[in-house]
Amino acid sequence: MVDASTSAHGDLKLSHLTKSFGDFKAVDDLSLTIPEGSFFALLGPSGCGKTTTLRMIAGLEEPTSGTMHVGNTDITDMRPYRRPVNTVFQNYALFPHLSIFENVAFGLRRRGIKDVKAQVDKVLELVELPHLAERKPTQLSGGQQQRIAVARAIVNRPALLLLDEPLGALDLKLRRQMQIELKWIQTEIGLTFVHVTHDQEEAMTMADTIAVMNEGRIEQMGSPADLYDNPKTAFVANFLGQSNLIKGAIESNGADSLLVNLFGQKVALPRSRSAAKDSSILVGIRPEKFRIQPEGKEMSGNILTGGVISDVSYIGVSTQYQVEMPWGQELIVFEQNDDGVPPLDKGDKVKLSWEPIFTFGLDGSQDANAGSKLIADEEE
Amino acid sequence: MKQATRWFSKNLIRIYAGLGFTYLFIPVLYTFAFSFNDYRKSNLAWRGFTLNNWKNPCGAPDICNALGNSLKIGLIATTIATILGTLIALALGRYAFKGRTFVNLLIFLPMATPELVLGASLLTMFLNFGFNPGFLTIVIAHVMFCISFVVVTVKARIASLDPRLEQAAMDLYADERETFRRVTLPLLAPGIAGAALLAFSLSFDDFIITNFNSGNVNTFPKFVYISAERGLPAQANVIGSSMFFIALIIVLLGQVVQRKRKVS
Ligand SMILES: Nc1ncnc2c1ncn2[C@@H]1O[C@H](COP(=O)(O)OP(=O)(O)OP(=O)(O)O)[C@@H](O)[C@H]1O
Ligand SMILES: [Mg+2]
Repeated sequence: MVDASTSAHGDLKLSHLTKSFGDFKAVDDLSLTIPEGSFFALLGPSGCGKTTTLRMIAGLEEPTSGTMHVGNTDITDMRPYRRPVNTVFQNYALFPHLSIFENVAFGLRRRGIKDVKAQVDKVLELVELPHLAERKPTQLSGGQQQRIAVARAIVNRPALLLLDEPLGALDLKLRRQMQIELKWIQTEIGLTFVHVTHDQEEAMTMADTIAVMNEGRIEQMGSPADLYDNPKTAFVANFLGQSNLIKGAIESNGADSLLVNLFGQKVALPRSRSAAKDSSILVGIRPEKFRIQPEGKEMSGNILTGGVISDVSYIGVSTQYQVEMPWGQELIVFEQNDDGVPPLDKGDKVKLSWEPIFTFGLDGSQDANAGSKLIADEEE
Repeated sequence: MKQATRWFSKNLIRIYAGLGFTYLFIPVLYTFAFSFNDYRKSNLAWRGFTLNNWKNPCGAPDICNALGNSLKIGLIATTIATILGTLIALALGRYAFKGRTFVNLLIFLPMATPELVLGASLLTMFLNFGFNPGFLTIVIAHVMFCISFVVVTVKARIASLDPRLEQAAMDLYADERETFRRVTLPLLAPGIAGAALLAFSLSFDDFIITNFNSGNVNTFPKFVYISAERGLPAQANVIGSSMFFIALIIVLLGQVVQRKRKVS
């Protein structure tokens, strides 16, 4: 039953992929290439079209327009069972009438493989559930079902493995362990993984490339470090880690640095790191890049004065300050706890400084809070 | 005081349940008891205990011929109605097509139409087409009214089936046929089995429609109805009781199998 198309391999290429449900575009003109053998993470808020994208790649949802290729094979109109793709479903979708063993063996048997025991046992060993082989799915906990869903897919070693939040139901420890396991499987077997997740830390630690999705479109794509250091939109800056985005106006445009007026105070940033289109700019600084000092002390680099600490939270390795600036905005500052005691208190007058090279600039016409509320909602 | 109230409410439910079951089972008990009656012409008055009726259930004239016909008709009609009904239910439950709402409505019609009307018009139709009423016309009539019940029962099961399970099967290299065989059908099986049991009992039971379309073929309900005028033989009680116990055993077996599956 294995045919040529099932063994197709190569880069996954999506071109102008669109999926509409009525008037609503769940996926909007998506184009991207996922190199063979890479670990690709799709990150985005709930409802942004991640599952819909995966379902189109798996052949379970018909694209409204656009094409999909694996290597040189056009898979756009291929039946799901002919695609070299397996999916770990968001809701597991284990077969309730089959034992765990038969669930895992399902794909192997359909491809006409007779001797499945060795392979099934091995993959059950991998997800650490060999003792549950004879049980039915309803007799498993959510986390166990999730691991079986992973096992059922990877046992087939497809060219492309789609994982739809495969670790969502696991506790933190098991989650970290499975992340390492999955990453190991991916590099060992050389499969291409497309991994959907809400968890930005998971995406950052596991993926070679992250695509941040929002409202059916890709906001930005790149390596984890690149996305973190050089976000191109306010949404990405806020969704991937936290950012302080301050509205300003570009005053002078030097050869390799810009001078920006932030509510009367002047700061500099490298010209190469600015994505501003005109003189209106959002100046971005990650919270851990700030240094915080009591008012009156000498500081170097970019400096903002006139802050008042409005909140202090001590979180082990670091202390998190909220500083209210004269223009009313609350900035977030993370300070390493080198001596273990928070040296500043609520109500203290402070100034903030940072190196100009740690500053990024975004187009000033967008909402500075885009993407930040979504995270807060999800963590509730 | 509080304890007394609780004791009372607990036992009230028991008393209530007891009364309910008595109401339900008195006719069955009565039928069972009178299957041991040493009856003469009619089986209305108790004349003494005997095992003769149970030893010789075919003792009344034509009773076993009628029973055999009913069983045969039941099995054939159930098989056809279950297969056709399941396919219709799949079409209605799984595919969007023009006129689906209308077909859904049509399926309910035979259940809503009075049996007398159905029986009479079927007979007219058969006669118009030059069919002589007999075994075949009974089967056709039974298939017709059983299908609706099968469709409704199986469709309920399909509605509760997660389509993502079939998608998962397709994702795991099962083509349409394999998906149906390995996933859809096994998951629908309990619903289909229930529908078949229902169809059989409806067919086995039916008197009104059968009476119109049977010509001189005898069925068990027809036998009971006709001989009730002259006096029902106790063998009818024997067969009635047996059917009840067989149904009971089937239900109990089903329970045991299900419980075993859950445990293992
Ligand atoms: N069959 C459908 N009909 C109509 N709208 C749909 C359908 N499937 C998905 N949608 C809509 O498309 C959008 C994207 O859905 P999708 O399931 O892809 O989101 P997601 O990014 O996977 O979200 P989550 O992180 O919550 O799983 C949602 O707004 C959803 O309501
Ligand atoms: Mg989803």
